[in-house]
Amino acid sequence: MAKLSLRGVVKQFGANTVCDGIDLDVDEGEMVCLIGASGAGKSTLLRCINLLEAVEDGEIFLDGEDIAEPGLNPQAVRARIGMVFQSFNLFPHMTALENAMLAPRRVHGRSKADLVDEVEDLFKRFGLADRMQNYPDQLSGGQQQRVAIIRALAMRPEVMLFDEITSALDPQLVGEVLDVLLMLKQQGMTMVLATHEMGFARHAADKVCFLKDGKIIEEGPPEALFDAPEREETKAFLARALK
Amino acid sequence: MTRRARYEAQQRKRSLMIAATSTLAVVACIVIFVPMTPGWEKVQRSFFNGAVLADTFPKLLDAFKINLMIFSWSAPAIAILGLLIALARDAKSPALFPLRIFGATFTDVFRGVPVILTVYLIGFGIPGLGLPRPWNSPYIWGSLALILTYSAYVAEIFRSGIDSVHQSQRSAALSLGLSERQVMRDVVLPQAIRNVVPSQMNMLIALQKDVSLLSFIGPVEIFRQAGVFKSLTANFTPYVGAAIIFLIVTIPATRYADYLMAKQMRDRS
Amino acid sequence: MAKTLSLAAMTLALTTSAAFAAGHCAADKTLTEGKLTIATGNPAYYPWVLDDAPESGEGFEAAVAYAVAGEMGFAAEDVVWVRSSFDEAIQPGAKNFDVNIQQYSISAARDEIVDFSMPYYTAPMAVLVSPNATDTEPTLDALRDLKWGAMGSTTAVPKLANVIQPTSDPLLYGDNADVNAAMSANQIDAALFDLPTALFLSAVMIEGSKVIGQFAPDASDNPDQFGMLMEEGNPLKSCVDDALVALTESGELAAIEATWLQDTTGVPLIDF
Ligand SMILES: Nc1ncnc2c1ncn2[C@@H]1O[C@H](COP(=O)(O)OP(=O)(O)O)[C@@H](O)[C@H]1O
Ligand SMILES: [Mg+2]
Repeated sequence: MAKLSLRGVVKQFGANTVCDGIDLDVDEGEMVCLIGASGAGKSTLLRCINLLEAVEDGEIFLDGEDIAEPGLNPQAVRARIGMVFQSFNLFPHMTALENAMLAPRRVHGRSKADLVDEVEDLFKRFGLADRMQNYPDQLSGGQQQRVAIIRALAMRPEVMLFDEITSALDPQLVGEVLDVLLMLKQQGMTMVLATHEMGFARHAADKVCFLKDGKIIEEGPPEALFDAPEREETKAFLARALK
Repeated sequence: MTRRARYEAQQRKRSLMIAATSTLAVVACIVIFVPMTPGWEKVQRSFFNGAVLADTFPKLLDAFKINLMIFSWSAPAIAILGLLIALARDAKSPALFPLRIFGATFTDVFRGVPVILTVYLIGFGIPGLGLPRPWNSPYIWGSLALILTYSAYVAEIFRSGIDSVHQSQRSAALSLGLSERQVMRDVVLPQAIRNVVPSQMNMLIALQKDVSLLSFIGPVEIFRQAGVFKSLTANFTPYVGAAIIFLIVTIPATRYADYLMAKQMRDRS
Repeated sequence: MAKTLSLAAMTLALTTSAAFAAGHCAADKTLTEGKLTIATGNPAYYPWVLDDAPESGEGFEAAVAYAVAGEMGFAAEDVVWVRSSFDEAIQPGAKNFDVNIQQYSISAARDEIVDFSMPYYTAPMAVLVSPNATDTEPTLDALRDLKWGAMGSTTAVPKLANVIQPTSDPLLYGDNADVNAAMSANQIDAALFDLPTALFLSAVMIEGSKVIGQFAPDASDNPDQFGMLMEEGNPLKSCVDDALVALTESGELAAIEATWLQDTTGVPLIDF
């Protein structure tokens, strides 16, 4: 059974259908990359999985349980799924450490003392041991994004969603963040990424999905999708993206 | 010194000279020409009378303690009530719908009525219902009138502060599994409150002045005390004295609020 | 053109001064030649002015005003009424009245800024108590423990502080009506007014209230005497004073007082 399965997911904003019957399977420990032009619906799809958007129709199974069931309390689900955003969205009034400890304390009711070793360990692993006491505006973009990842990981999520997390970074900072993703993959984290980093997707993804107008038009292993795309739209997109 | 630095130093010196000269000229005009006006002597005797000022100033300062006292309990109450009203107005759960209606009505009513009317109506009206002493004190009900009125304004400022926190902050907090209430308390409010500190400072300054409206229902704070002296001496100098005391407090506060505002603008850009 | 104007002015001067006995005291000294402009409060209260209509000549101060005007040689129709607040009366600059009559107490401090006529009435201060406090003894000891109120703009304030010396701070108001409201709300037990005002308030405004005592005016160093207020240095002052002296000597002033002000001998005196 797939860790995460989407069946016929539909999301509309008014008359605008942004996700138009999406089917997707993500296996345990798998890294799936969503590619597609801006406005294709990648962010919205990720937000639907995390229940930040209520889906109109379709099912989303997490470990076989339908989390898209209307009326279900989304908090428990969100606590199991981590998400990282393009614009970092760190809480500016808290230090890096406080950012990372807030949710486990509030949601899992854990004490600071109980948490601190574990969270400090995350900071060390991602090379930010000396930055824990800094506020977000004292950190570089790459450091902020790594703190955002740590913040999500501190909840010990089963699945991680990444929404173009390198798009807001200076090119020389992109590498340090992508390295973190590789580390996570090695540790067996189940991940869904929306990305424009085609090189990274090709090299690291287990599966790549091409989205257009709210539909997954083509999907497959990176070699197949990048080297021998079947659909004209995919070819056109890749031609532009890889130029 | 580089060429550019030399040039700029010269320019700075020049504009300093000009500013100093023009300021001096204006001050000289006021000092020389105002006393030459035909009514000046009378105005000076009625408004800037040294003897009257010296006589009344210490007692005005004393009366100002009443203003400070009323301010000291009203301000925290306003902050708390204002925040509660702001939260009530943004309440989402349908069970809290009456609270929303209440919040909206509250702000409409108390922003719509002049403060002095509220002070009169509550300050005389509620005690008139027959409350026993000390519960009918004008200090209590007058303060309540200020608290209600100012809470209405302060609540709106808090709401604008809440709105000013970007939606992405809420998304990030929700995505971690926090409840709506936790998101509000831990993520949105701390930022919202920080964003509106300068505006709220201005409300505090306005409140400091409006405390004097309680004089209409009995308390002998500085404005009333100055009025008593004005009547006894048929001289407006006590009012000038009161104004001086207000300015001693409000000018630094206003400067500080402006400084905070400017700092915030800088931080944002 | 200039000629016709000055001619017209001369004619006007001739006709108006003809209204007076030749060389009358007030000639050339009033705002409008031939008219006497008198200010009173807004509103003017009973028993000083009846129904807020000073033109009727009814009420103590209205009657005094017409008597003084008559003594100065003005016919009743030459009296013009305006309204003024206390602040307008004392602010520097040109005034819109010749004399202002609204229970102004004469004091040395005020006299430095404005001019007062001779007193036209000596007002004892009186204690008005709320319905809850009507059985208070009219002694300083008993009065001291009451919760006091007064009009902030009157000489009742220093009197209260110096003579009664209440144990708790008095509350002060801007208007008689507000003192009433405070008394009705039981925020104050007692208020200090001039006696006629106190009698009026207890009879008409505050049901169940009572005037329990008065301070004899002669007993005080600084009796509360009401004078007409004029701009500092107003040359009209001597004319007004002459008129008041004449009215006092003829007994007319006393007659006016007897007509419009209640007999005050029934109110007990407070020793101090
Ligand atoms: N909250 C929203 N309200 C209305 N329309 C939205 C909202 N969020 C996204 N959309 C629309 O949905 C479409 C897909 O957006 P998005 O998911 O951000 O695409 P992508 O991430 O692939 O660039 C766009 O047309 C966008 O305008
Ligand atoms: Mg996007």
